[in-house]
Amino acid sequence: MANENSTTNYKWVGKRTRRPDGVDKVTGRARYGDDMTVPGMLYGKILRSPHAHAKILSIDTSKANALKGVKAVLTSAEIPDHPLSQPPYAPIINDMHDISRNVMARDKVLYDGHAVAAVAATSERIARQALKLIDVEYEVLPHVLDPLEAAGRAAPILHEDQFTYSADGLSDKPSNLFRSITGQRGDLDQGFAEADIIVEREFTSEPVHQGYIEPLACIATASEDNCVELWTTTQGHFVIRALCAKLLNMDLAKVRVTASEIGGGFGGKNTVYGEPVAIRLSQMTGRPVRMVMTRTEVFRASGPTVGSRTRIKIGARKDGTITAADAETWYQAGAFKGAPVGRAAETFFSSYTIKNARAVVHDVCVNRPKVAAYRAPGAPMAAYAAEGAINELASRLAMDPVDIRIKNAVREGDESLMGTKYGQIGLLDVLEKVKSHDHYSAPLGNNQGRGFALGYWMHGGGLSSVSAHLLDDGTVTVATGNPDIGGSRSSMRVMAAEELGVDIELIKPIVADTGSMGYSHLTAGSRTTFATGMAVIFAVREIIEKLRALAAKKWRLTIDQVTWEAGQAVASSSSRGGIQSLSLKELAAMATKMGGAIAGHSEINAGGAGAAFSAQLVDVEIDPETGFVTPLRYTVVQDVGRAISPDYVEGQMQGGAVQGIGWALNEAYIYDDQARLQNTGFLDYRMPVASDVPMIDTVLVEVPNPNHPYGVRGVGEPCLVSAPAAVANAVENAIGQTMSSLPLSPPKILKRIDEAQAAGG
Amino acid sequence: MPKHQITTTINGDEVDFGCHAGQTLLDVLRTELGMTGTKNGCGSGDCGACTVIVDGRPVNACLVLGVELQGAEIETIEGMAKGRTLHPLQQKFLDHAALQCGICTPGILNMAKALLEKNPDPTETEVRYGLAGNLCRCTGYDKIVRAVLDAAADMRANG
Ligand code: FES
Ligand code: FES
Repeated sequence: MANENSTTNYKWVGKRTRRPDGVDKVTGRARYGDDMTVPGMLYGKILRSPHAHAKILSIDTSKANALKGVKAVLTSAEIPDHPLSQPPYAPIINDMHDISRNVMARDKVLYDGHAVAAVAATSERIARQALKLIDVEYEVLPHVLDPLEAAGRAAPILHEDQFTYSADGLSDKPSNLFRSITGQRGDLDQGFAEADIIVEREFTSEPVHQGYIEPLACIATASEDNCVELWTTTQGHFVIRALCAKLLNMDLAKVRVTASEIGGGFGGKNTVYGEPVAIRLSQMTGRPVRMVMTRTEVFRASGPTVGSRTRIKIGARKDGTITAADAETWYQAGAFKGAPVGRAAETFFSSYTIKNARAVVHDVCVNRPKVAAYRAPGAPMAAYAAEGAINELASRLAMDPVDIRIKNAVREGDESLMGTKYGQIGLLDVLEKVKSHDHYSAPLGNNQGRGFALGYWMHGGGLSSVSAHLLDDGTVTVATGNPDIGGSRSSMRVMAAEELGVDIELIKPIVADTGSMGYSHLTAGSRTTFATGMAVIFAVREIIEKLRALAAKKWRLTIDQVTWEAGQAVASSSSRGGIQSLSLKELAAMATKMGGAIAGHSEINAGGAGAAFSAQLVDVEIDPETGFVTPLRYTVVQDVGRAISPDYVEGQMQGGAVQGIGWALNEAYIYDDQARLQNTGFLDYRMPVASDVPMIDTVLVEVPNPNHPYGVRGVGEPCLVSAPAAVANAVENAIGQTMSSLPLSPPKILKRIDEAQAAGG
Repeated sequence: MPKHQITTTINGDEVDFGCHAGQTLLDVLRTELGMTGTKNGCGSGDCGACTVIVDGRPVNACLVLGVELQGAEIETIEGMAKGRTLHPLQQKFLDHAALQCGICTPGILNMAKALLEKNPDPTETEVRYGLAGNLCRCTGYDKIVRAVLDAAADMRANG
């Protein structure tokens, strides 16, 4: 195509246009998960464990069943069991044995909030009343919350059938440590021997929740012929279909899932929670069942991200060359295995060409809700440790923190620790932009500090399907299978219009249900604009191809004598006199009379999304009396490949930065001594509000990704990877002391200041 | 359980509804009246997604009981556009891309509208404090604050 890889002359790419779903969202018309009702529906509610770890001795549902208005009561007996998956394990595990137990506890409850029973009733009030009538007898067991402790020999064991998996096979005894992933190259001893200076630190981070504002919600309608219609808020309705069908032993084709508008996800809506339960309740009652989580349930029973305990050691020569780096970290997976350990191992040192390096990441079960993905899963806590150590290295070498990164930065052709080879990347461009930005040299006042950190993320590609249809008035529908979480319909429309060379208003982007499209993987991994966008481009190209053929037929030319230019089929000058062109609209009107409706499809497995880097600069001020931190100025510089819709690219960078501020300063899961979650609402789980943060300046560096027709890379994740590290570094610089555990709450900061003063520092 | 009969004005129209003593305005709007534009993010007054305007004041609909509203004038997101003309705040939210997922948007628009009625020329800080009860997890607030400031300028210029 004419536009391929050119940096100019785009008609729509890079322009700021109003999003196609915007009006519905500012008028309240858009329908999210909880905005749907179905006639005759019942209200589903889940009874949750008050214990962090306990055997279920018995469940008596008879009183609940007898309550007027209760139509069904369900326990794990109603959810099919599945065998435990066996080694060798896939990098990402979707173990139906675990999922079955996570949606409804079987013999044991493994965390405060774990589902133990469910009811369907004619009103929410009756459903809530019924939950109180279910008698569960527990035998409380000792619990463990800390991953280091959980991996130790004396810890209470969550799963008697889980053994540590390593190259030598499985361990003899059951263990909370599921597996460890190691990325390694070179010779660490030699690398540290070459170092003039060595930094050794420990860092800890706590689980934080994605904090989407829309709670999980779904409605299931099961019919007597084993079909199911499911409406749900999700980042991937094809994945929900796959998980529900597999878990409940149903035919894929008979489960049709429609994705509602989604009120935020950030990785937290990638899997099933209430959906299989709602389906089973609907099968048991023959009526539609609606299942909506309260905010408390969202915190207690849907996955936050991992908390981590990390030891790190980095050595460098006087000139700043990093000679060796070694990290070992314990990631808490929550109640079931599957912490994002591979991605973590990759993230630790992947921005740098360190000859001798190792990262070991342990996947450990603890009595907390099973972790879910959260925006670059596994990476921000790794970057927090690695970038923290490198910042200390720079300060002890009296080197500029950006210069030390430039000195060690990876370039095209280099490899990450897990062996991923970098293509065209924009890391050096990003670092140069930071140095020349006026924020970098702006003066600081008393009690103020500036932080800097770099974030890396390798994006996902994968399966995407698109159906584009030319309608006979010349408008075009573009259907994808990806829920639109932050403006993807806008980008799909832009790419379709750009290819066709027509006004964006002629394009209507749609998110279609699972019955209407080929498989499309999650809206996650920053893959949608890249992979689904590529499928949009290919589908539209198929339409163009068919239109050229149509014009050729009409003009009695061969197809190569017809080109597509600016929204029209054009006969090449050498062909026939008189005939010039046919517009999209004219061709659309002809199509049905000359052969049939015109559509383009693309079903792809996109590869080559590539890596991106986000550098962040942040200034904070600390109140020395209270330890309170105020972020004053924030700049995100990121390689975005190509910004299809710059408004939404900036929005991703700004949103990621502010989530990182929350992660660094406030957010954490807080438990009592019985391992019961204490902060189950937004009042105590304090996310940043408008008055907590400054404007977030963005610098979009565009180093096109050669593997996408327009150069797209993902943008949603790298911007969170570096944020907690950058904010933490700013706090350290403001108080002149190192700090090593998130969140950096006022009492912790005060304590550190006091300790330093007591030590005469 | 018997329901109380309440008469209110919603978006200029007289509306009667029945509600139980414990039912919140949020529940009445969403469940009894099918007006789902007002969102439920927490049900405990902590997120602002349910912000509506009652007798000229912004309130969290999840903290007000339906039975308290006899004779009240309620404005919800469904009534913000006048006919087919969007309110300047709605326009500016679209122009500035001040929403990503959009779940916080109805509440923030109502809160911003109430803010600008009281203070037509707010500073950035005043807008930030004015919206401090409304969580947005997607945008980082930058574009929201810009949209409100721009809408305020527009509304001042156009009286
Ligand atoms: S739903 Fe009312 S404040 Fe959150
Ligand atoms: S746009 Fe998603 S919460 Fe505000």
